[in-house]
Amino acid sequence: MNNRRMIAIEYEQVSKQFSKNAKPSVDRVSAQIEEGEFITILGSSGCGKTTLLKMTNRLLDPSGGRIILFGQDISTVDPVTVRRRMGYVIQQIGLLPHMTVEENITILPKLMKQDRETVRSRARQLLSMVQLDPDTYAARYPSELSGGQQQRVGLARALMPDPKIMLLDEPFGAIDAITRISLQNELLRIHRETKKTFLLVTHDINEAMKLGMRVMIMDKGRLLQFDTPHNIIRHPADPFVEALIRSAYEQQSFWEGVQDD
Amino acid sequence: MIDFLLSHPEKIVSPLLNHIYMTAVTLVISVLLASLLTVLAAVIPVLGNILTAFFSVVYSIPSLALFALQIPLTGLGRTTAVTVLCAYNQYLLLGNFLAGLNEVDPGVREAAKGIGMTVMQELFLVQVPLAKKALFAGIRLAVVSTIGIGTIAAAINAGGLGVLLFDGLRTMNTVKILWGSLLSAILAVSANGILKWAEKGVSG
Repeated sequence: MNNRRMIAIEYEQVSKQFSKNAKPSVDRVSAQIEEGEFITILGSSGCGKTTLLKMTNRLLDPSGGRIILFGQDISTVDPVTVRRRMGYVIQQIGLLPHMTVEENITILPKLMKQDRETVRSRARQLLSMVQLDPDTYAARYPSELSGGQQQRVGLARALMPDPKIMLLDEPFGAIDAITRISLQNELLRIHRETKKTFLLVTHDINEAMKLGMRVMIMDKGRLLQFDTPHNIIRHPADPFVEALIRSAYEQQSFWEGVQDD
Repeated sequence: MIDFLLSHPEKIVSPLLNHIYMTAVTLVISVLLASLLTVLAAVIPVLGNILTAFFSVVYSIPSLALFALQIPLTGLGRTTAVTVLCAYNQYLLLGNFLAGLNEVDPGVREAAKGIGMTVMQELFLVQVPLAKKALFAGIRLAVVSTIGIGTIAAAINAGGLGVLLFDGLRTMNTVKILWGSLLSAILAVSANGILKWAEKGVSG
């Protein structure tokens, strides 16, 4: 074996067209993601980033191209099986409102008839991992939690089946700035601890650059650049990428300007 | 009116019991049927639209005509009445069931799907509990409607409170008409109340 890590996710000319005459939402995207990488997908709303993510766990099926997970073409695998192998976190709601925190986390393993005690103790362990005290929070309902706490529960639920791949669709989109920063840091810590492959969709360039070991930049369905934050900033491959980076700089110089006053 | 009750109690009590029986049988059969059709519609969404369209046409047929149309198939009597009442109920139940289940937050449903629930798990563990209110509203509507339309069933020998009404009309006996109307109203109101109470029990 060589030193190269295994390819976790491979997109091969993946396209998605929702209706015949519409422009493709995702347009011939090709990319390889290695096992254990933290990848962020960055783009403005409607650029196809969420569509690409949803095709990865077969919530949507591509109209062209193939998606290969650990060597297996997912179109040959039953969608429910694909989803159960992956963690999935979405923005806002995500949690089932009529179930407690513990029920939300354990519902799937219970449905799959896994041992109740094992499931329970793992749920408590995961709650601690996302910094929620199990004794305080396990029996609460989602409506009794803050947005940040709900998202922690969503994270714990996604980690429950110990998936190799975690898909996160703007997980911090609806969360205030301070909580978001601490959740981002915890996500990085969890990634370090679990060594899973993370795929996170965001429209926030700071979040994408901070979290991603490599960043996929998308616009109008196309993948414009897929590289490390460092290389993207140094060598933007496209005028859109350049504009994106300039916008981040402008924001930063505003803050620096205020500090200088 | 009280005199009539005291002198001929069986003429009031027996149609009332008959009516309750007819309503209960109709309710059980139609809820089971509607649940089955709802599950099928969840698996095959097109089927939901077809069924809804079909039963809305059935519902638009006047009850007396539908009773008459059914007689060649099941003859005079209660079977025909229950069959027709179940057909009417499908429109109310299926419509309310499907609408209620579809009104569940699409984000919650997508989360359920995204964590790996099957269509059936999503339906029974997420949609049904979250749509409980709409499901019960449909059942209450169906019961009240069954009690009302059920009075017409007396015209095809199915018994029930309609007997009092039709007899009263034929013989111009106001007391009978009043008893018939009064009892169907009381029956409808109390059935609605009982179901509301049962709903609270289920919701815990």
